[in-house]
Amino acid sequence: MSNESISPARKYADILQEAMGSSLSEPMEFRGECSLTVLDASKLLEVCRHARDVLGFDMLTDLSSVDHYGSDPRFEVVYELYSMNHHTYLRLKISVDEEDCEVPSVTSLWRTADWHEREVYDMMGVRFTDHPDLRRILMWEGYPYFPLRKDFPLEGKPTDLPDTAFTDKAPLEGGPFVTSGGKPDSTQREPRAKTFENED
Amino acid sequence: MATETTEWNTKDTLGKTLEGLEASKSQESSGLEGDKLVLNMGPSHPSTHGVLRIILELDGEVITKAVPDVGYLHRGDEKIAENMTYNQFVPYTDRLDYLAPLANNVAYALAVEKLMGVDKILPERCQYIRVICCELARISAHLLGLGAFAMDVGAMTVFLHTFTEREKIYNLCESLTGARFTTSYTRIGGLARDLPEGWIDQLRQFLNEVEKNFDETETLLTRNRIFVDRTQGVGVLPKEVAINYGITGPNLRGSGVDHDLRKTNPYLIYDSLDFDVPVGTTGDSYDRYLVRMEEMRQSASLIRQCLDRLPGGPVSLEDGKTFLPPKNKVLSSMEELIHQFMLVTQGVQVPEGEIYFGAENPKGELGFYIHSTGGGTPHRMKIRAPSFVNLSVLPYLLKGEMMSDTVAILGSIDFVMGESDR
Repeated sequence: MSNESISPARKYADILQEAMGSSLSEPMEFRGECSLTVLDASKLLEVCRHARDVLGFDMLTDLSSVDHYGSDPRFEVVYELYSMNHHTYLRLKISVDEEDCEVPSVTSLWRTADWHEREVYDMMGVRFTDHPDLRRILMWEGYPYFPLRKDFPLEGKPTDLPDTAFTDKAPLEGGPFVTSGGKPDSTQREPRAKTFENED
Repeated sequence: MATETTEWNTKDTLGKTLEGLEASKSQESSGLEGDKLVLNMGPSHPSTHGVLRIILELDGEVITKAVPDVGYLHRGDEKIAENMTYNQFVPYTDRLDYLAPLANNVAYALAVEKLMGVDKILPERCQYIRVICCELARISAHLLGLGAFAMDVGAMTVFLHTFTEREKIYNLCESLTGARFTTSYTRIGGLARDLPEGWIDQLRQFLNEVEKNFDETETLLTRNRIFVDRTQGVGVLPKEVAINYGITGPNLRGSGVDHDLRKTNPYLIYDSLDFDVPVGTTGDSYDRYLVRMEEMRQSASLIRQCLDRLPGGPVSLEDGKTFLPPKNKVLSSMEELIHQFMLVTQGVQVPEGEIYFGAENPKGELGFYIHSTGGGTPHRMKIRAPSFVNLSVLPYLLKGEMMSDTVAILGSIDFVMGESDR
């Protein structure tokens, strides 16, 4: 190998970047992994198809989302591609505006994206254009919030959907490790302690 | 139990999607199609091994559509992870694939260590013990998977047989970690404790016993006419479909794809160990069974190799900034005291960045995508659960199969809902 300093992921990222030109950002390298950001949402499918058919990234290992709360664009959808032939991972990312909150679905390329995209929609509220069946998957149909967004509290929000399901706030603000200054201490906030008091 | 549901459609939103579900398997029309029956299976059904619900649409005994419904065990692990330090999340990984908690602990620790850039400089002994843990977990998970699979298709004895061996693994886990199920054995940068005295001998004895058990289990199943009839040609998953659906682990290898992350993207010391990756030929339920059976033998051999070569030395990083310093030093030296204080109050500090790490777990590729903005807690942690992805192929696998084969297919997929729903 003449270019031993270049990681395999970087090699494929460079090829993809060259082929797709201005619709992709410069590759970002970290810990031997390579990330490319798709700058133009309308080119996402084209980029993915090129990666799959020409570069051999035949498996979509993972599809996830990140909420950059407070910055614009707010969301990011992350595609983790893998090749069965040359055993390399490649990460594609695309930023999503809070207002449209929509990206093209890649279910036509990888069937596995079906459930992953449903999960992203369920947890983060990002919609996928042309998804065959975009419903909630982990939460129930009719649940009003997107729990993985940063403005959703850890303890949850009370909801009520008669005859289907309900949620209540979790005790201890969602966990014993959460402290909130200026509020009653955890013994008083702890619900079992309160029950004990009432029984007295 | 059949539930006739003309009303069901209006009540349940999933009913609507039956109409919209795209058929990927071509359906031969017999011209004799009668009224369809909708059958609700689960979420509490013995063969769903947890809380999976499947809505089956039947034409006579043939499944025409299947819609899996997951999420009954959703606990919000990813949200919880964003609100705690990296070491605090280790016990939560026990509860992902709760049949192989040791392997989850290792995969998670490696993911965070990769983010910190210390995964390649772990002490040798730590890496060997981690491999032993992973392979022990694989044997344990496959023993349960096979036992439950055999029981689902009517072979009760196998289940009792494999569970006897699993009990011994739990005893080993107990003396290793203090807990039988929820092991929480790894820490970022090392292990909670070294191997207890005499543990290696117990493990060697267990390996001798379990290999006899593999032979016995094989005589009970591999050429068992009833088992072969119930699994051969049932739930065939072709190579291309498996890859397109993102299937990993024994299910992918059962379909004939020679892919194992321990070989292709080796972590720990797997590249220095000698083992084979079994692959199937047809991709049916029987092949998936054979692959798991052989994987257990390979795991036993891997553990033996590790035990033979097990080096001495520390089991954790000793730089003080990753792993808690030893207590006697904390109480006598200022620097260690500061390290301990910082680690306990702030957690392990990781740099800004994002990584994905996938480990070959018993069920498939368990991946962690960690997006960090620096500090002691992840900004976002996505858990790529193999069971979640493996279950998504059910609409394809079940379509066109007989209703009674549902349990055989579910058993051969070998999923865990704790991991799928997170």
